[in-house]
Amino acid sequence: MARQYEMIMRHSRNSSGTAEPPRTDTRYKRIAAAMQKHQCRPDALIEILHKVQDAFGYLPMEAVRFVAREMRVPPSRVYGVATFYHFFSLKPKGKHNCVICTGTACHVRGAQAIVNEIQQQLGLRPGQTTADGKLGVQIARCIGCCGLAPAVVLDDQVLAKVKPGEMVETLRARVGGAR
Amino acid sequence: MLGKLDEITARVRQRSQEYRLKLQVCCGAGCLSSGAGELLEELKRAVAAQGLEGEVGVVPTGCMGPCNQGPLVRVSPDDTMYEKVVAGEAAGLVECHCGRGEEVRAKLLFSGGEGPVCERASEHPFFRLQRRVALENCGVINPESLEDYIAAGGYRALYHALTGMSREEVIAEIKQSGLRGRGGAGYPTGLKWETVYKHVSAEKYVICNGDEGDPGAFMDRGILEGDPHRVLEGMAIAAYAVGARKGYLYVRAEYPLAIKRFELAIKNARAQHLLGSQVLGTEFQFEVEIRVGAGAFVCGEETALIASIEGRRGQPQPRPPYPAERGLWGKPTLINNVETFANIVPILIQGGEWYASIGTPKSAGTKAFALAGKINNTGLIEVPMGTTLRQIIFDIGGGVPDGKRFKAAQTGGPSGGCIPEEHLDVPVDFESVVKLGSIMGSGGLIVMDESSSMVDVARFFMEFCMDESCGKCVPCRVGTKQMYDLLHRICEGRGTESDLALLEELAPMVKETSLCGLGMTAPNPLLSTLRYFREEYLALIPRRAEGASVGPSAHQP
Repeated sequence: MARQYEMIMRHSRNSSGTAEPPRTDTRYKRIAAAMQKHQCRPDALIEILHKVQDAFGYLPMEAVRFVAREMRVPPSRVYGVATFYHFFSLKPKGKHNCVICTGTACHVRGAQAIVNEIQQQLGLRPGQTTADGKLGVQIARCIGCCGLAPAVVLDDQVLAKVKPGEMVETLRARVGGAR
Repeated sequence: MLGKLDEITARVRQRSQEYRLKLQVCCGAGCLSSGAGELLEELKRAVAAQGLEGEVGVVPTGCMGPCNQGPLVRVSPDDTMYEKVVAGEAAGLVECHCGRGEEVRAKLLFSGGEGPVCERASEHPFFRLQRRVALENCGVINPESLEDYIAAGGYRALYHALTGMSREEVIAEIKQSGLRGRGGAGYPTGLKWETVYKHVSAEKYVICNGDEGDPGAFMDRGILEGDPHRVLEGMAIAAYAVGARKGYLYVRAEYPLAIKRFELAIKNARAQHLLGSQVLGTEFQFEVEIRVGAGAFVCGEETALIASIEGRRGQPQPRPPYPAERGLWGKPTLINNVETFANIVPILIQGGEWYASIGTPKSAGTKAFALAGKINNTGLIEVPMGTTLRQIIFDIGGGVPDGKRFKAAQTGGPSGGCIPEEHLDVPVDFESVVKLGSIMGSGGLIVMDESSSMVDVARFFMEFCMDESCGKCVPCRVGTKQMYDLLHRICEGRGTESDLALLEELAPMVKETSLCGLGMTAPNPLLSTLRYFREEYLALIPRRAEGASVGPSAHQP
């Protein structure tokens, strides 16, 4: 984290434009369009970071610098916001992502067993991604699907009343299928 | 403009009269994840294939309530509900019920459960004991159709307020209703409106707090997904009353469907001049923007929420000044919760007196609850204030599954506490729940059975608060960490009695000295479990029982 912070700071000091993001990248065009829509007002920073994460799947440093420069917001503030909110990630997520809900309802209905099973069978702790980047495992505080507890979100799809063993099988199939 | 609303209503009614039967498919987030989307398409295909297009309508709705029985289908006007209908069963259901007029007995709601089967939806205790005011249209109308909302009486209250009521009269009506903030704190809504109204400023704002961060709560999600126009209309009425021209909905990023439906609602309302300049042909103008949160529980606190809308880290400010005086960009700002706004329309239509007649004298009206945990009928319900926990959990919720014994009901999420069996007959209203050491909270109600360790529950919530503490003030940042460590030690069977004493000393200090609601309420789950389940703590302390533990924690701090 500290190193990343240093990277931004260094860039902001000599922002002569050597690290211009590739203008041909349509993702940057989309982000620029979103900033235009908000007239680069600094209060839209969180909205813009959402757009960046939508486009890249995470917040790449280069994009964070791009946003800071274009919106005329100090990089330190962009970094502060990006690290304050759990939803934003400065690290790339997996190709497939499994988010285990650990809200209260899921907790009392056995979310921990799912976390444990994944850790034992696949060797992945929450927050980790496989070395090949195919599968990332995260936990969520509550996804609001308490009626379906324990719930897991696999690639934006909510799985209801998940059983630990079946979950591991589903993940194996998902990662295997992507090969 | 009223003529236009009437015209739309007449058109929708006429169209629905052409149908002999209406198949309503619950498209709340829960049912969608169980396959309601495919079911909806499959039902439409089946109706067409069987030549019933002219007489049977198929419509999506918001959350109907019994979330763990989804996907749900209601047949109107037959008052029949089916559970767990998968797409493959659509043709059979249409043929049997719509074609031959016979119920599909095996698929009736609650037929797979332990309680009574739902023969007539309105007669089953799950629905009979509810009183739907805020959730009135939820699960009935198509949330993506503005016309459906208008046909259900929508935007009449706004029209009535704009053309026939002064701003003072609107506020007086809300005050008379006795409505109190549904986000948890229970501050009188009318008073809040009046305070913002009285502050003179060229710019004022209305914010709808949809940052439903309590784990185990999904009422606001249900409302936003099931009846977004109701919230929008409530916000517009509030804006008129307090003199604001701009509103924000702050909603969690975890609720993509709610965001999508609310965006659509704004777009459709603007197209019909129900938002924008000259709302409903009057001088009143009102714009609404959505701000998507980014996963910070503390942003449910109003000053932190304002910071987040302004694009900053969501850290709270000391109050006063309250947002009603100096809020968003330093201007007077009205912040109410989603459910509070959803109650405004019925109050204006049926009168403050009517609303005040529901519930208890000090806590008027109804309250939505999200039932979850170890309970048979999980889902979204709404009951009059003063309903007892026993009625909610056992009559509506169908009790605890698998023959297990009820142990405690957790209300108020990380800010609340656990209510044990001996207090189940306490009427649920703001004051009574506080007396029991919990809070009403926003409406999450999680049932624990005998297999849940209450010390583990306390640790779970403390871990939550520790992780979600914004770090601004010391008592919360350091206190929650210390309390978590102590709880963790006890859970692992390494605690001592002096740890307990330390917890009891720390908890009140964090409560009294923290800056915002997060820290002030963080010790509640700990204190309430200590109060009612002290034996469980003592049983984990080695001197009493060798080597007992409740296992590792979910998160690695």
